[in-house]
Amino acid sequence: MNKNKVRMRNGITYGIVVGCWILVQIMDQTGHMTSLLKGILVPLCMYSILAISLNLTVGILGELSLGHAGFMCVGAFAGAFFTKCMENTFPNLQLRFFLAILIGAAVAGVCGILIGIPVLRLKGDYLAIVTLAFGEIIKNLINVMYIGLDKSGFHFSIKDTMSLGMDETGVVIIKGAQGITGTPKASTFFIAVLLLLLTLFIVLNLINSRTGRAIMSIRDNRIAAESIGINITKYKLMAFSISAALAGVAGVLYAHNLSTLAATPKNFGYNMSIIILVFVVLGGLGNIRGSMIAAVVLTLLPELLRGLNDYRMLIYAIVLIVMMLFNSSPKAIEIRSVFIERIKKKKEAAAKEAA
Amino acid sequence: MAMLEVKNLSISFGGLKAVDDFSVTIEKGQLYGLIGPNGAGKTTVFNLLTGVYRPDTGSIFLDAQNITGKRTIEINQEGIARTFQNIRLFKELSVLDNVKAGLHNHYKYSTLEGIFRLPRYYKVEKQMDERAMELLKVFELDGEWDYKASNLPYGKQRKLEIARALATKPKLLLLDEPAAGMNPNETAELMETIRFVRDNFDMTILLIEHDMKLVSGICERLTVLNFGQVLTQGETTEVLNDKRVITAYLGE
Amino acid sequence: MSFLSYLINGISLGSIYAIIALGYTMVYGIARMLNFAHGDIIMVGGFAIFTIVSTLNLPPLLGILVAVVVCTVLGVTIERVAYRPLRGASSLAVLITAIGVSYLLQNVALLIFGSNARQFTSVVTLPNLKLADGALTISSVTIVTIISCIAIMIGLTSFINKTKVGQAMLAVSEDNGAATLMGIDVNRTIAITFAIGSALAAIAGALLCSTYPSLTPYTGSMPGIKAFVAAVFGGIGSIPGALIGGILLGVIENLSKAYISSQLSDAIVFSVLIIVLLVRPTGILGRKINEKV
Repeated sequence: MNKNKVRMRNGITYGIVVGCWILVQIMDQTGHMTSLLKGILVPLCMYSILAISLNLTVGILGELSLGHAGFMCVGAFAGAFFTKCMENTFPNLQLRFFLAILIGAAVAGVCGILIGIPVLRLKGDYLAIVTLAFGEIIKNLINVMYIGLDKSGFHFSIKDTMSLGMDETGVVIIKGAQGITGTPKASTFFIAVLLLLLTLFIVLNLINSRTGRAIMSIRDNRIAAESIGINITKYKLMAFSISAALAGVAGVLYAHNLSTLAATPKNFGYNMSIIILVFVVLGGLGNIRGSMIAAVVLTLLPELLRGLNDYRMLIYAIVLIVMMLFNSSPKAIEIRSVFIERIKKKKEAAAKEAA
Repeated sequence: MAMLEVKNLSISFGGLKAVDDFSVTIEKGQLYGLIGPNGAGKTTVFNLLTGVYRPDTGSIFLDAQNITGKRTIEINQEGIARTFQNIRLFKELSVLDNVKAGLHNHYKYSTLEGIFRLPRYYKVEKQMDERAMELLKVFELDGEWDYKASNLPYGKQRKLEIARALATKPKLLLLDEPAAGMNPNETAELMETIRFVRDNFDMTILLIEHDMKLVSGICERLTVLNFGQVLTQGETTEVLNDKRVITAYLGE
Repeated sequence: MSFLSYLINGISLGSIYAIIALGYTMVYGIARMLNFAHGDIIMVGGFAIFTIVSTLNLPPLLGILVAVVVCTVLGVTIERVAYRPLRGASSLAVLITAIGVSYLLQNVALLIFGSNARQFTSVVTLPNLKLADGALTISSVTIVTIISCIAIMIGLTSFINKTKVGQAMLAVSEDNGAATLMGIDVNRTIAITFAIGSALAAIAGALLCSTYPSLTPYTGSMPGIKAFVAAVFGGIGSIPGALIGGILLGVIENLSKAYISSQLSDAIVFSVLIIVLLVRPTGILGRKINEKV
């Protein structure tokens, strides 16, 4: 049955990740790792997780979201906030980081539900612009948030550190636009790869289950899905919030890979959401392995072009346009199919001759 | 009591009465036809029955249950399933998965059981596969179970829609122009299948159709709709010989 | 008095948004695509004027003229090279290509002009208007902006309603297939739409940079997004909608900056958008689309 085909395909996907991990270990042992490459390992996993999780919304559920970075932002701050506050409660960094991941995922997932309830009633481009708006709102709100901790507990303000009104034992944890400073660097390549594998596991198994079928039936034909008794709202929300929760995981990974965490247009703005969307579209809608590979290739590409300095983003832009034209233009598709047909015929002829 | 009892159903869109005072009674196990010229409001009746539209007035009883004003999902769970005039399959899913989607509310395991592949996932999926294959066999689609639904030829897509509807275990099956776009051979075959479904699934069927051969061949009773109103209803042969019906179709 | 001046500045900013939003709305109405690169055309217009006025020391009016020509040619070229081959492809593919074009324009500008902000000399050289014994000063740029916006709206509406090309645009936006059958050259109509939208973007660029006189390769992107929000606000595809959406957005933004928090003004603008869309899912003047079953 095609269950075996699916199992095989998923096995290859997991295999690629494990293979890459082994390759990196070998390169590391034999001294072939540059510091540049080392620094990019965790971000590669992070972008892959983001691309896979966004593919759940865009490719599997079929709704265009431009606010994915917002969920990443929520996860990052929730996770980093937790590791900062619980320094004394859980001195073991590994344990604290593990709990932070769960918390980041949970908070982002809940945000996904809260935002999803109103947003998922809209359609197409309207949904896209509203998700973009939510992403910007989240970033904006975090930038004016001040949270401090002293003996008497948490203090909250949206003005400045002074108005927190803490006593002398107080520590500012989130400092407005400066964000959280001094987050422990807990993200390692090993943990990042594990999280990536977990993300793959969740998304791939979800797709090949009763829930995944329901979600994809809504994507393919909402009216027909309703007519066979599938609860549209429930499954849309489920896909959206799982996608948000996984983005939250990526956020926690991000937050613990740097020593300071601040929400800027660059890391959590709509531009980031768009970059992730580019991975998804180039990797293929609904193609989980594809979005992972696209995330890795497109993140590596500008880094590999670093020698070209000023020209690298220009080249990136041109590559992006050319790839889209080659992939999606009706004419290009026609030319390609003619070409493939020709190769097939040649092969058949060759096979006949051989016989 | 009758399987479907519709009383004085009306709906208007922006002043236009699309369906006006529509009543019909369908007995259990009946093969009932709804005919009428284009734009008479037949599909609107289907949309009212399945909760796509809410009626302005009137009531709908399914198997003695009042289902008036309920939502599409609830109505499906109460026991009405349908097909669509313009085929609505889950195009990217396989033929098998289309039917399995129809089994959604009858074979259950939780999302977490699905993600973590717990024993119930394997057990229920196996049951679903078996049931779905049984249904596909009825429509001779079992050979194409792993095709993408959009790759099926047109006639088979129509059959797959019926299979998917049957998977939801309905009491009443609504077929919206099942023979549209089929050649005479395919239509003849479809008539056999519809009869088979009625007999073997113990089904009550209401169908909209323009193909008079199919209508006169399998429908036991008919309702003729014209300009949103019931022109006449009764035994198939009687109705088809009614002068008013012929006029409605062919003009004066 | 200060409220009045915030309000007037808001209307002025809103007028700029409205002019940009027109480009979005017309392109969306006719080609059904979100042209994410539209904001960057504004930036190109800004740099064209900057080059003429500040580098070559030529008169501002010539600068605007050159900017309009440059942007029009650029808009049509982008449409021809990047968007037209994708006609019939998924809207998502077109969206990503537009994003690619946006990156391209930004990075070309970055290579030519560098990332440092350039001081932009206002194209409006008239004196400011002082009212109520100097208690209320309205800058000349503000007045010129509002007047230009009104003039553009009137001009565009009569162009669409009175000329053959305008009627063709309406026909294509209504039903592109039927328009083809009626002998309308759809490709040409779309190209003209891009030309008009880009020319307007050049004017918006001149006004925007005169109001906020700092120019970088990224100048266009946030106003672009905001104008897009304005277009959705008013009902994307609708020209009066773009005007209403733009002005509302500008006023809300300026008033919340003045009275609530300058850091939260964007959040407030976006929140209002969300509320509007939840109440009216296709914007203030948008048409309701019913799916046929």
